[in-house]
Amino acid sequence: MKFSLNKWTLALGLLTSAAMQAQAQVPEIRYQAVDALSGFPNEIHMGEAAGVARNSRNEIYVYTRTGNPTVSLGTSRYVSHGGSRIFQFDASGKYKREIGQNSYGTLYAQQMRIDRNDDVWAVDQMSGQVFRFNPDGKIIMVLSRKPEAMRLPEPPPPETPRAGEGSEGESFQGPTDVAWDSQGNIYVADGIRNARIAKYDVNGRWVKNWGTRGSGQGEFDVIQGIAIDANDNVYVADYGNKRIQVFDTNGGFKSQMTGFGAPMALCITPAPNQMMYVSNSNPPDNLDVGGEIYKMGLDGKIVGKFGNAGKLIGEFGTVNAIDCKRENDLLVGELGNWRVQRVTLQP
Amino acid sequence: MTHHSRWSATALASTLLFAWAGAVNAQSAALAQNVPEIPMQAEEGFIKLPEGMYFGEVLGVAKNSKGHLYVYTRSQDTELFEFDENGNYVREIGDGVYGLEFAHKVRVDKDDNIWAVDEGSNQVIKFNPEGRVTMVLGYRPPAVQGAIELPNGAGPDEHYLFARPTDVTWDLDGNIYVTDGYTNHRLVKYTPDGHYVGQVGTGARGSGVDEFNTPHTIASDAAGNIYVGDRGNARVKVYRPDLSLQAMYENVGNPWEICISKGSHQYLFVSNSNPDSNPAASWDVTGEIYKMELDGTIIGKFGRAGKGAGELQTVHGMDCSDPTELIVGEISAWRVQKLHVAAEPQSR
Repeated sequence: MKFSLNKWTLALGLLTSAAMQAQAQVPEIRYQAVDALSGFPNEIHMGEAAGVARNSRNEIYVYTRTGNPTVSLGTSRYVSHGGSRIFQFDASGKYKREIGQNSYGTLYAQQMRIDRNDDVWAVDQMSGQVFRFNPDGKIIMVLSRKPEAMRLPEPPPPETPRAGEGSEGESFQGPTDVAWDSQGNIYVADGIRNARIAKYDVNGRWVKNWGTRGSGQGEFDVIQGIAIDANDNVYVADYGNKRIQVFDTNGGFKSQMTGFGAPMALCITPAPNQMMYVSNSNPPDNLDVGGEIYKMGLDGKIVGKFGNAGKLIGEFGTVNAIDCKRENDLLVGELGNWRVQRVTLQP
Repeated sequence: MTHHSRWSATALASTLLFAWAGAVNAQSAALAQNVPEIPMQAEEGFIKLPEGMYFGEVLGVAKNSKGHLYVYTRSQDTELFEFDENGNYVREIGDGVYGLEFAHKVRVDKDDNIWAVDEGSNQVIKFNPEGRVTMVLGYRPPAVQGAIELPNGAGPDEHYLFARPTDVTWDLDGNIYVTDGYTNHRLVKYTPDGHYVGQVGTGARGSGVDEFNTPHTIASDAAGNIYVGDRGNARVKVYRPDLSLQAMYENVGNPWEICISKGSHQYLFVSNSNPDSNPAASWDVTGEIYKMELDGTIIGKFGRAGKGAGELQTVHGMDCSDPTELIVGEISAWRVQKLHVAAEPQSR
């Protein structure tokens, strides 16, 4: 018994060192990091930095899980309120203002992206919605609907596997990210309890869905991110399958890439010479694995990596968002460390 | 192919559920054919929200005699706002009131009292024009009990308890009519001081002549007749003040919201709103608003489902005091629009 255990340990050890060897072949990128945000009013605090994005003036928007999520009692049902906020900072990271105050759907921040018109898009995992703010901070589009009621106090029954392709329309179940093609069509990664990409036209009218739960081509196991390059290739971070799948704008499978762990945060730099960043984020309950961020070409060829899991400046605690509007001047949002770091790469 | 059964599936990272009775999945196209189109245009930027203020789902809109507009919205909390006739923010009504939990409709009576119908506290709350509470219908269940199951259908003695009520109106004598609502499926009448008079509906969901399937909206005309939008049954029912049935209009889809204009010649507006769950197939067959004579004759229709300006996203509140200038509140677009509506179809 003991012998066989040892054999297993040996085998595991060999596997681990093989994995480490493979990783060791990836060049390390030198970098420096600082806390990116400052100047908070006394009563405003960062929480988990789920989303971070810059606009064309390099102003920073952060969608963070902070404050007090509450539920109230409506006779037979519980109604959920609050729990996440959106803050705007100037290009130097100094606090400027809040948008979306006391809004209906800001329950559990998931992602933040800014389109070419400087409209700010917030993805909320718990209300299951995507909100679009114009640069003035007005909400000009809403996709999907917050469920009217919350189930309390009993925990939900165990998850039953589902195909996850969702319905035709706007019924998100744990959306994670949003992106746009060159025509302004909207792509929502409806990726946690569904396993699909939902496509809408520029006016928010549903066009099509693709994807189902699984590990084959065009199948997903928890989608954590989506990004679209200048040639309208759609990159989907297929977290559970440890790969990025590439599609055309109609959902046709083109290719897949691997070798960077389980992709969580995903970002593509602006044209020309587009590069891609993807994080192999450590899980929130483990500071001793992963944590590094990879820099790759759009063909999946890894240029290098940087960082590791940890709490110090320059280390990463469950990266959930990367803004790479400037190729070597990144903003990195962490769930574990309640902060956004500005990371300067020295390639 | 649809997957409605999955919508109530449980959550991995959260425990939110789609409400079992809130989402309407089966929205029918209106039966009326070849209805002429009435020209309509939205006025951009009518409502001026102060910086840092947001509407959530807009459930109710209503104007008073001075043209001030009340907006009942599910924001982070349910809130009731007042705007002036130019769309400028005036004030919040009822901040901190016990019964504003989950908005459903707001209406203004002839004396400019503001009535909020709340499906979270199961109450109808009357504010005087100054914004102070002067009457409460229904009773909010004690919070110490936690969530309680609502009775599935009101018993004969449940004269003073609502279960997710939906709307309120009044007759010429000031008697109060409440549509009660998602669970009790009945129309209840009270005296002006709130005593029970009678009701229509067995308490259970039904499609018979005197039954309702989610009576969702109510309005009254200058003769004191009461119009009920029986949403699930896709019909508008007209009752006399003695609760006898006068007429039934069954050709304008599922009435999410109805409204009767003021003035010597009154019109009935009925919104066949696209469902709040926004299934893709609904956009081509729902979303329009009908303009009708009070006798049910259709004059024309306007509007369509969509997220752009002048398009409609689950209209839930409508003020038609002026039949050529409608105010609409929408669930799925979190906004209030002013719609300029021509008096007649172009081709009429």
